[in-house]
Amino acid sequence: MLPKAAWSLVLRKGGRGRRGMHSSEGTARGGGKTPRYTNCYAQRHYPMPEEPFCTELNAEQQALKEKEKGSWTLLTHAEKVALYRLQFNETFAEMNRRSNEWKTVMGYVFFFFGFAALVIWWQRVYMFPPKPITLTDEWKAKQLQRMLDMKVNPVQGLASRWDYEKKQWKK
Amino acid sequence: MAPEVLPKPQMRGLLARRLRFHMVTGFVLSLGVAALYKVGVADKRKKAYADFYRNYDAMKDFEEMRKAGIFQSVK
Repeated sequence: MLPKAAWSLVLRKGGRGRRGMHSSEGTARGGGKTPRYTNCYAQRHYPMPEEPFCTELNAEQQALKEKEKGSWTLLTHAEKVALYRLQFNETFAEMNRRSNEWKTVMGYVFFFFGFAALVIWWQRVYMFPPKPITLTDEWKAKQLQRMLDMKVNPVQGLASRWDYEKKQWKK
Repeated sequence: MAPEVLPKPQMRGLLARRLRFHMVTGFVLSLGVAALYKVGVADKRKKAYADFYRNYDAMKDFEEMRKAGIFQSVK
């Protein structure tokens, strides 16, 4: 199977990302535009998308794009920021911001743990058959007594914890 | 944003720094874990076995088991 990194690339790039790589069909489309999927914006693992963020430019922005074709030292700081914003949706700092989503996720996880526990409890009370004979308390007591008689694991294990003189567990 | 000048970030040697940190840390942690294992598990176990067998009487042990009735060949 594909390695995990390849799968995440396949899933996350969305339709536009994959097709946009090969074809002139993007530019040949002309008037129509493929709908922008939410995951086509830049992400940490996909920092340079093919399409710029703003494709419809007003006159002022068009002029700026023309100026960009010349020497970049002539651009003012504000113009550079404006060009960045045309190209990208968010800065790296904005894109990488933390969120509180994990709390919601953990909440749902624990809720469903609890729900599953209630379901299993109900099943235990109303559905489970009687225990096999080897799991009843009397049988387990006799089994333990036999293991102690045999001195199972006398060095560091079970029989080493039993006090044979006082007939009780060692403190 | 106000045009304050941020200090220039570290531009070079980033991989080297990361490698150095992780190699040192890995080395120290590995040695530490190995030492703790030797003392806490291996030596402790050797001592437990030595103490057990120092005054061990196999026949006495056998008699106790026989009296408890677990054998099929001797009663």
